[in-house]
Amino acid sequence: MATYSNYILVCTGTGCRASQSEQILQNLKATVEKHGMQGDVQVLRTGCFGFCEKGPVVRMIPDNTFYTQVTPEDTQEIVEEHLIKGRQVKRLLYLNPETNEHILDSKHMNFYKRQYRIALRNCGFINPENIDEYIARNGYIALGKAVTQMTPDEVIKVIMESGLRGRGGGGFPTGLKWQITRKVQADRKYVVCNADEGDPGAFMDRSILEGDPHSIIEAMAINGYCTSANHGLVYIRAEYPLAVERLKTAIQQAKEYGLLGDNLFGTDFSFDIGIRYGAGAFVCGEETALMHSMEGLRGEATVKPPFPSESGYKGYPTNVNNVETYANIPIILLKGAEWFASIGTEKSKGTKVFALAGKVNNVGLIEVPMGTTLREVIFGIGGGIKDGKKFKAVQTGGPSGGCLTEKHLDLPIDYDNLLAAGSMMGSGGMIVMDEDDCMVAMAKFYLDFMVEESCGKCSPCRIGNKRLHEMLQKITSGKGKREDLDSLRNLAMVIKDTALCGLGQTSPNSVLSTIDNFYEEYLAHVQEQRCPAHQCCELTQYFINLEKCKGCTLCARVCPVNAISGDRKIPHAIDQQACIHCGACIEKCKFKAILVR
Amino acid sequence: MNKVKTLDDLWKMRESLRKTIDLREKSDNPENVVQIRVSMATCSIAAGAKEVMSYLNEALAREQVDALVTQTGCMGYCYAEPTIEVAVPGRKAVVFGHVNRKKVDEIITHYIKEGSLIDDIIPVTYNTVNPE
Amino acid sequence: METVKLTIDKREVEVPKGTTILDAAKSISIDIPTLCYMKLEDLNYENNPGACRVCMVEIEGRRNLAPSCKQECLDGMVVHTRTPRVINARRTVVELIISNHPAECLICSKNGYCELQKVAYDLGIREIRYQGEQSRFELDRSASMDRNMNKCIMCRRCETMCHKIQTVGALTAVQRGFDAVVSTAFEKDIAGSTCSYCGQCVSLCPVNALSGRNSQQQVLDVLADPDKVVIIQTAPAVRTALGEDFGFEPGILVTGKMVTALHQLGFDYVFDTDFAADLTIMEEGTELLQRVAKYQAGDPDVKLPLMTSCCPGWVSFVEQHFPGQIENLSTAKSPQQMFGAIAKTYFAEKLGIDRNKLVVVSVMPCLAKKYEASRPEFAVDGNPDVDISIYTRELARLIRYANINFSELPDGDFDHPLGKSTGAGVIFGTTGGVIEAATRTAYELYTKKNLEKVDFEELRGLAGVRSATIDFDGLPVKIGIAHGLGNARKLIEEVKNGTSPYHAIEVMACPGGCIGGGGQPFHCGSMDVLHRRASALYREDAGKKLRKSHENPYIQQLYKEYLGEPCSPRAHELLHTHYFDRKEQLGLTVLTDK
Repeated sequence: MATYSNYILVCTGTGCRASQSEQILQNLKATVEKHGMQGDVQVLRTGCFGFCEKGPVVRMIPDNTFYTQVTPEDTQEIVEEHLIKGRQVKRLLYLNPETNEHILDSKHMNFYKRQYRIALRNCGFINPENIDEYIARNGYIALGKAVTQMTPDEVIKVIMESGLRGRGGGGFPTGLKWQITRKVQADRKYVVCNADEGDPGAFMDRSILEGDPHSIIEAMAINGYCTSANHGLVYIRAEYPLAVERLKTAIQQAKEYGLLGDNLFGTDFSFDIGIRYGAGAFVCGEETALMHSMEGLRGEATVKPPFPSESGYKGYPTNVNNVETYANIPIILLKGAEWFASIGTEKSKGTKVFALAGKVNNVGLIEVPMGTTLREVIFGIGGGIKDGKKFKAVQTGGPSGGCLTEKHLDLPIDYDNLLAAGSMMGSGGMIVMDEDDCMVAMAKFYLDFMVEESCGKCSPCRIGNKRLHEMLQKITSGKGKREDLDSLRNLAMVIKDTALCGLGQTSPNSVLSTIDNFYEEYLAHVQEQRCPAHQCCELTQYFINLEKCKGCTLCARVCPVNAISGDRKIPHAIDQQACIHCGACIEKCKFKAILVR
Repeated sequence: MNKVKTLDDLWKMRESLRKTIDLREKSDNPENVVQIRVSMATCSIAAGAKEVMSYLNEALAREQVDALVTQTGCMGYCYAEPTIEVAVPGRKAVVFGHVNRKKVDEIITHYIKEGSLIDDIIPVTYNTVNPE
Repeated sequence: METVKLTIDKREVEVPKGTTILDAAKSISIDIPTLCYMKLEDLNYENNPGACRVCMVEIEGRRNLAPSCKQECLDGMVVHTRTPRVINARRTVVELIISNHPAECLICSKNGYCELQKVAYDLGIREIRYQGEQSRFELDRSASMDRNMNKCIMCRRCETMCHKIQTVGALTAVQRGFDAVVSTAFEKDIAGSTCSYCGQCVSLCPVNALSGRNSQQQVLDVLADPDKVVIIQTAPAVRTALGEDFGFEPGILVTGKMVTALHQLGFDYVFDTDFAADLTIMEEGTELLQRVAKYQAGDPDVKLPLMTSCCPGWVSFVEQHFPGQIENLSTAKSPQQMFGAIAKTYFAEKLGIDRNKLVVVSVMPCLAKKYEASRPEFAVDGNPDVDISIYTRELARLIRYANINFSELPDGDFDHPLGKSTGAGVIFGTTGGVIEAATRTAYELYTKKNLEKVDFEELRGLAGVRSATIDFDGLPVKIGIAHGLGNARKLIEEVKNGTSPYHAIEVMACPGGCIGGGGQPFHCGSMDVLHRRASALYREDAGKKLRKSHENPYIQQLYKEYLGEPCSPRAHELLHTHYFDRKEQLGLTVLTDK
């Protein structure tokens, strides 16, 4: 087996691929070969590094140099300078925004310093398309140990003692779930991996499947062993072609190695995995809807009970776990329940992966121990708010979650704390908002998503969310009244109280949490017809500061509706009747002469 | 492809695959292993740094020393090339000059393994391997 | 039986394990309002998607309200069905549903029968706080039914009926969120779908999203036309149910009042489809005996079992889903169409008028009959044998238009010669009736003996699939009966697989047979209504002097004067038909064969 003295790891997660990382990979390979170094240097494709803000990312091994925002043109320099001459390409190094110093490797970057990668342990580290690399990282050892040296109950006990809870949003204890499915008697059972990640902006499951597909396969097999299921199904959205591809490759390789199929490790346990595609409906992330979708039926929720553990896929007992939950399983078995339970808070153990997005400097995929505060995540790892603006709120739990504010910044993140604060863990979306974001508009945005994604089965979700959205539309366009806020709250409460499934019950959360935390902002909209964040375009007005305007005519030229007039070198004016509040003039004005009110 | 039929098969497979991943794992946590930097400037190469580096890798593997060998640019001690910088966990980094095969063996046996000082240490004027 | 004890509205109640809160509450006279929920026990029909969220109740210790139609009672549960929180939730939910429902109750044909209307009334809703955009769907009209999906409240009863009971699969929820609606595959018109027009969806729709095609004006127009002779035929199941729309108890026969009302409405002759049912028996019974004889003679091409063809919903179902089995269908036309064919030839000739001057109207318990009447093979030079088919509810409305005080009417008699029928024709209206009637005649034709006991109890009842072997003097004739297309599917699958043990199979598409037809007054989920209608028909049969079709003197006269023998060439020309492979026509082969 060939060993190399140097490796170049190229991130080929979806984000970096969108910025030509495949080309970078090819160029690096070609350049290495051109210099005859292919015997010493191996160029590898890996999964997501997480630091998507600065992608494409290339990491040099062994000296661990971390190059950011690499372009295909940089590859020659990387090979010739770094590999041949041993000199780092400084301009590609990450610049610490605080100190303005170049940082050599990921260990010294704030973004990585505070992270603890368990679920993402192999992402950006191994080649996801090569099972050998996974095995070299102790892959499938946990499965082997489980089926040859442990009883299903012993495995379940480890999972229970580890304190692992479902990472898909609900936070149900994973070991308990397995035990329930185990206890149901049936001649056929299924384990299902829920890879229907639907939160806007969330991509943790996608990244795990793209970067470390074997960990999911291994965990599902362990799950199968524990619940006496011989069939595994991955429900994955068809919009994740790369994840699907890598998963397929991984399943194929595992079969070839005999790590999937009949009589694993010489025991009488057999396990196989199939893939079922989703069409990308948010509601299909809900267990019962997911089950129906897999059966080829309309993806809509049904009332629980019966729970999938009693009657799931095609009526058979089915254990459903989320991708990230599964990613934690093998390593828990290898390192032990105690190790895992030592990380995190009292009731939430281990780590959680978040997709950090919004108005934060370092957008990306992060994994932190439970109990890390929002402040550490947003200001430490995230590097604070973009453009030095003021932090306003963070939406956790995706559209089903709620917003948390300044006063929650020092809240240690775990399932129970987030719930108590009016939000939820969800699958791990985390969207940061700054002072320019209007919270009413934000609620409207999420409602818009919910209206689109409701399956339409139950009345409160189907019609109620539509009406909520319409009321928010009314408020953000200045037509709302004071009484509307009471109706809004009542309707939101009723939807929460009466909707059929988790999607419906949580759909008004964005409204309720913003109305609780930012009531003044709602009041400003309905009483003064004013949007304090100047975001609701029907409530804003654009003016030109006559003292600052130099009469350069730039704004008048970009205005799509010709609302700006004025002679050259004379301050211009905006026709309020004609202005459509598009903001094009602000972007163009070099003198900051355009004001929004 | 031989199928994995027992857990033992898998362990063996893992052992043989280990080295493909070894370097990466070490570089993830360099402070836990011996870090060696070989100066690879023009003068160093002319003085035989390439041969030194490959012998270094060979010898470290033979002696089963967990080490991370990387190359670096000119360290500035052109008079003493080839030069290597050795950082053993818990100890201050040390630069050796005039390194050849014999010296490599000596460094491994005496400096790294036994912890005793040997000849040809160059007085260090700056650190390149960040301790921490 | 294992029971659980719980408290509902501070009252202790003990119920069998597995009982829903809804049923438990009902047992102590607490009627929790429902909208989507519907259960027809004997038909195995249960629609409880838990979708409308009207029946919500509060359970102590639970974070959210629970749907009482789905939630099973658990020991020690403390349930509240009328707290302010519950009432507010119910009202808000109903307001939401109404906010997306056209407020046109005054001109809606469901006015007075609408379940949404009732729920809103009971909850005392006087204003709709949440208003906004309403759904806008195109009205879909077909030969038998209309779909106005703007009124749909997504209760999914129709879908459950269409999928689970009828296994037709024409209706399903499509789209998401606010756009979600029950529709056909690829949102085609109902006419382009696999719909068999059984009309069961219409009979369960709580609002007026699905309704029968309205032909009242056409009837009024022909009645007002002095150049036309207008005759009407009335199907057996109509007389058992029509009274319900005028305040009579279900199962009260209103035959005489109906005949009087029709005369008063201005029909020139009021005839009975039962007459044509007797005729059907003559043809179909003979056909059965002929096929059995051929089979016994070793003819390999003979198609057995013979499947009845008097139900147009069933015929469509076979044509669409089992085109390979169309030759098993009896070629005999349905009574409605036999009546039309005879009326426009035999009777027109008797009157000495051209068939174009004669208008045949039928009143049926059925929506599929409208479609059947419109099938092109049932017309001569574009003039249909049956011009207009209306259903029971339409007749009730016509009677109201005409200001006829139905309940006060004296009994009238059918006209002759097409108004006389035997008891055999009467029981056509309920499941098992056709085959019982056919047996009475076929037995005597085959054995040349008098049948003493005409009541074949073994063929009656409401079990979904029934079978019996009748001894034809040494020849055991095996009979299968199914009502509801899902049950029928079981029998025809056997035919398709060559494992059917039967000589003859009777199928009625509607659960219960014609008495439960899609055009009947709404039974609103009461099984009792169906039972009473069926027993009324058997009562009428039992009361008749003549109970075998071939004993009907007017039938005998018809053969003597006009048709010759049953299944003669003349009879074939007028009284038999042929069927089509509609699977291909609808382009369904690819979809369903995969």
